[in-house]
Amino acid sequence: MKEKFLRPLFFVPALVLLAAFVIYPVVNTVWLSFLSPDGNFVALDNYADVLSQQEMVDLRGFQRGFPYGALIHNFMWLVIHLPLTVLAGLALAILLRGVRGGSIIKSIVFLGMVTPMIVGGIILRFMFDGSIGIVPGIARLFGGSPETLTAYPETALLSLILGSLWLWVPFGMVLYSAGLETIPSEVYEAAMIDGAKPLSMFFNITFPLLRPITEVVVTMTFLWDLKIFDVVYAATMGGPGGASNVLALQMYFYAFRKFDFNSAAVVACVLMLLTTAVAAPMMIRSAREAR
Amino acid sequence: MRRKGLTQVSRDSLAWLIGLVWIIPFLGIFMAAIRPLGEIIHGWWRFESFTPTLRNFIAAWNHPAAPLSQGIVNSLKVAVPGTVVPLLVAAIAAYGFARFKFAIKTYLFLTIVMLMTIPQQMIAVPIFQIMRNLGLVDTPLGLVLVHSAWGIPWILFFMRNFLTTLPIEVEEAARVDGASDLRVFFQIVLPMCIPALVSSAVLQFMWVWNDFFLALILIYSPDKLLATQRIPLLRGMYHIDWGILTAGTMLVMLAPILVFAFLQRYYVRGMVGWVSK
Repeated sequence: MKEKFLRPLFFVPALVLLAAFVIYPVVNTVWLSFLSPDGNFVALDNYADVLSQQEMVDLRGFQRGFPYGALIHNFMWLVIHLPLTVLAGLALAILLRGVRGGSIIKSIVFLGMVTPMIVGGIILRFMFDGSIGIVPGIARLFGGSPETLTAYPETALLSLILGSLWLWVPFGMVLYSAGLETIPSEVYEAAMIDGAKPLSMFFNITFPLLRPITEVVVTMTFLWDLKIFDVVYAATMGGPGGASNVLALQMYFYAFRKFDFNSAAVVACVLMLLTTAVAAPMMIRSAREAR
Repeated sequence: MRRKGLTQVSRDSLAWLIGLVWIIPFLGIFMAAIRPLGEIIHGWWRFESFTPTLRNFIAAWNHPAAPLSQGIVNSLKVAVPGTVVPLLVAAIAAYGFARFKFAIKTYLFLTIVMLMTIPQQMIAVPIFQIMRNLGLVDTPLGLVLVHSAWGIPWILFFMRNFLTTLPIEVEEAARVDGASDLRVFFQIVLPMCIPALVSSAVLQFMWVWNDFFLALILIYSPDKLLATQRIPLLRGMYHIDWGILTAGTMLVMLAPILVFAFLQRYYVRGMVGWVSK
């Protein structure tokens, strides 16, 4: 029984690492966001200041087009990328289930997941390049203009958002595929005997049973869209003229280009508020379930 | 029945069309990497002349400003310990959470799980200062420590879920025979955890290998840059040298693709396992 005193040692290495390299820096960043550059406590002044900067929110965008500011760009990312990812992931999972060679296609689609995002950004830039890229190449077949899509303010952000479907839809597909396998075929057989049509089977059986998966896919995609950095860094560096800037990149610019650590801390805290608010319900639920 | 056969054919072709769409970008960088720039400048899909060459790969490998050979070695120096350390540390703690009883256990566990939602931007500025004070800025060890800490919450969560599915009887029998907690963990529990450990290792390795942001902040000497950090440096000064850049991206992707090819099952299980039970 003397042994029991040693049990805290099981937690010590993990807690020390977390305290030193996660919790302390996080608290420090929150604190920094309340300080002026010369170290005085200014409460929420920095937040008011940063959120009124053009880099963050640029309302003139609604009259003249891009840029709209990093915060609004991230929201655009969410509005466009999130629903398309969920729908495409589910559609692919259902389609590939009953198809010859479906597992091979799944492996191909899944390659996008293991690609480093910095490489993903380069590949998107490559796909959208005016002379060498295939997207303008196809557009040219239909009489479009052969421009580099990531180099123009009007198209830069939208190209990245739509292009990044290629990188992230695989995540939804994998989760939905695993979810579909857990639905017993008897459920469908029973419904078929009752004369259910395929479409009503989808809305009354498949989709409700996949609800937990949908929650996970939506939450993780939310986080992915909010935290997007490498792809934009490699493809456009937030350009041209800030037209594809996002929060994580703006935080990097504040901290390591302008050395304005307080503004950088504000952007990081805004980002954390958003991610935590979105992810907390899922995390708490899955931790409870696992108990 | 005939109609069913027809829909099957159209489903098959639609599926393969989608597979094609997904592989075209990879095909594109492959074509750009193995051909001279002059041949692909009007589109890599044109084959009026086709002279495959390894020149771009060699140029990226020995690039004067950012040789990828060095970058890949540097990345391994971070990714291997950055996988092993958090795996061990988190597995030990996960065992504690799965088996021991103590007052604040649930709250402690929830707190650690919640750390998963924090974006890396939240530690960027202080972590640089901490590492500078420790003398670990611009060293592989500093980055390994940050990746280890960063990997603990999700590995711990994943391992604990796995541990709760293991039968407890074997452990109890060993305890009756007088084995200590540590012995039970290392000799009985750890070997049973191997599938879960492999899944965690695969995901953590990919995560660390593919990381760009933390490396960007902590490593800056040209000879210490990791593989992912060298990719943007291969672009070229005045125009983008697509040949070298695409060859470089393929070299950097080699490690994750090999891991994926051989351990796909574990990768998928890890990905599915920690988000849904």
